[in-house]
Amino acid sequence: MIARFWPMFRKEFIQMGRDRLTLGIMIGMPVAQLLLFGFAIQTEVRNLPTVVVDESRTPESRDLIAAFENTGNFRIVAHVDDRPALDRAIARGDAQAGIIVPYDYPRALARGPSATVQVIVDAADPLSSQSAIAAASGVAQARTLAIASRAAGAAAPRVEARVRPRYNPGLRSPTYIVPGLVGVILTLTLVLVTSMAIVRERERGTLEQLIVTPITKTELMLGKIAPYVGVGLIQMTAVLVLGRYVFDVPLTGNVLLLYAIALIFVVASLALGLFISTLVRTQQQAIQVSFFFVLPNILLSGFMFPRQAMPVIFQWVGALLPLTHFLKVLRGILLKGVGFDELWREVAVLTAFSLGLVVLAVRRFHKTLD
Amino acid sequence: MTQTAVETRNLTRRFATLTAVAHLDLRIEQGEVFGLLGPNGSGKTTTIRMLCGLLEPSEGTAVVAGIDVRVAPEQVRQHIGYMSQKFGLYEDLTVAENLAFYGGIYGLGNTALAARISEVVAFLGLQRQVGQLVAQLSGGWKQRLALGCALLHTPPVLFLDEPTAGVDPAARRDFWRMIHDLSRQGTTVIVTTHYMDEAERCGRLAMMSGGHLIALGTAAEVAAQVGGRTLEDAFIILQERAAS
Repeated sequence: MIARFWPMFRKEFIQMGRDRLTLGIMIGMPVAQLLLFGFAIQTEVRNLPTVVVDESRTPESRDLIAAFENTGNFRIVAHVDDRPALDRAIARGDAQAGIIVPYDYPRALARGPSATVQVIVDAADPLSSQSAIAAASGVAQARTLAIASRAAGAAAPRVEARVRPRYNPGLRSPTYIVPGLVGVILTLTLVLVTSMAIVRERERGTLEQLIVTPITKTELMLGKIAPYVGVGLIQMTAVLVLGRYVFDVPLTGNVLLLYAIALIFVVASLALGLFISTLVRTQQQAIQVSFFFVLPNILLSGFMFPRQAMPVIFQWVGALLPLTHFLKVLRGILLKGVGFDELWREVAVLTAFSLGLVVLAVRRFHKTLD
Repeated sequence: MTQTAVETRNLTRRFATLTAVAHLDLRIEQGEVFGLLGPNGSGKTTTIRMLCGLLEPSEGTAVVAGIDVRVAPEQVRQHIGYMSQKFGLYEDLTVAENLAFYGGIYGLGNTALAARISEVVAFLGLQRQVGQLVAQLSGGWKQRLALGCALLHTPPVLFLDEPTAGVDPAARRDFWRMIHDLSRQGTTVIVTTHYMDEAERCGRLAMMSGGHLIALGTAAEVAAQVGGRTLEDAFIILQERAAS
């Protein structure tokens, strides 16, 4: 009955071993997932980069700031002089939280009934801002208790943290999801579609006829990706229009600037797909590699989980993904209304990615059959 | 006065452990219909692919249309037409769209392209198929279209790798008539085949076996050299020799 099971089993086993890429992905995928979910993904955000405006500059205010830092949630990256400087740091993305201790803090603490500290969080990133809000009220309560125990029964003043979520004051999830989704959708669909571009011609037998013509490698590659640049921009428009009119997501900044930078990002994604296309031998492998690429994009780019909370090595891996940089652009322009002055670093990185990947894809491709 | 269209010296190609083509010396004159005859694996396709710049020779030289293939493979491409063994055009495009695409790739401008396409379509008798999707064409029509795409830039040298595989006899006969028309117009045609009747229609042919050139000349001369009365005899003798 089962005699024919063994030849079948043996054949499948041999074929599985021959298809190194599939085997590698099947074994590599769970390892990568475990490492990513185990180490990289932290829903409680620690070490949130924070700028401080200490207007009072007193022992009391320094105590309070130290209390914030001791929670481990806030990492003080700079002391600035005034509120506008603090706002700029958050707009640029250098900091995601700000603490303002008013000049009358010690007096309010002495007189009661309450002393207020202002905490500003960048709510374009939901998990960070939630952690920061929770931590800030925790600090305020702890300070209140500490002061009360020292005051020993007398009417002790309360410390109050007034939290201001910036850019997404309602802490609505569409507001932070939709801009990120633009980038995620673009990168996934565009990488997938061009990852099959060269192998499809190879599999259908049209590549041989094509490479015997005088077309240059660069002409071939650019001609392959150009139509999808338009597709990418239409995709982006669809998501933005739906986001604006169905989910009420603001379009705060310069939309034209966003499209200009999106164009660079789209080229980078297409060129990456094309590069994958020169590495694989079949369309099936192209799909596998593209899907393998999805995981770090969702988890490490900052789309769902804040990068500040990740171990440094995963922050580096994230920095290698074009999406990571484009997300900063999307949230910066759509939610914060920032311009080129705050985003030129991301533009430079994305430009380097697209040029580099086009060159890499052209270099990898050979107009011969071996 | 005839000019040399293709000349190879010591042309050799090795794949890992296998020598697919060994020390091939050939000289093909302009306007010839030159056949490469031999069983599967004898090195015909590898030879053509080297001459087209699709495979790099391991050794030796090949000059096609006056250009050294190893030195300037890209320049050679403008002067040759090539039909691959496996049908290599886009099935999801129409006949006209395929022709326009290849014409554009070969650098024909819009007006020249339109004129050349109607010329080629008339030559191939493809007038009624122009608007059809290639996927819907039969084998014979696909072969004609493939020939058409290879002809658009009026190449002086044409390489056809088993152009009539899987095509019915009537279509094959038509196809060969077109090859001879091209030859009369001065085009050099190099064609691989393992059909005897086709080999006999070539002006000269080279018989290959195991990567080596074993006979060269007209059909009758080749048959005699290999030791058969007919070309078919010669071919069978050859296969038996290879098997032993």
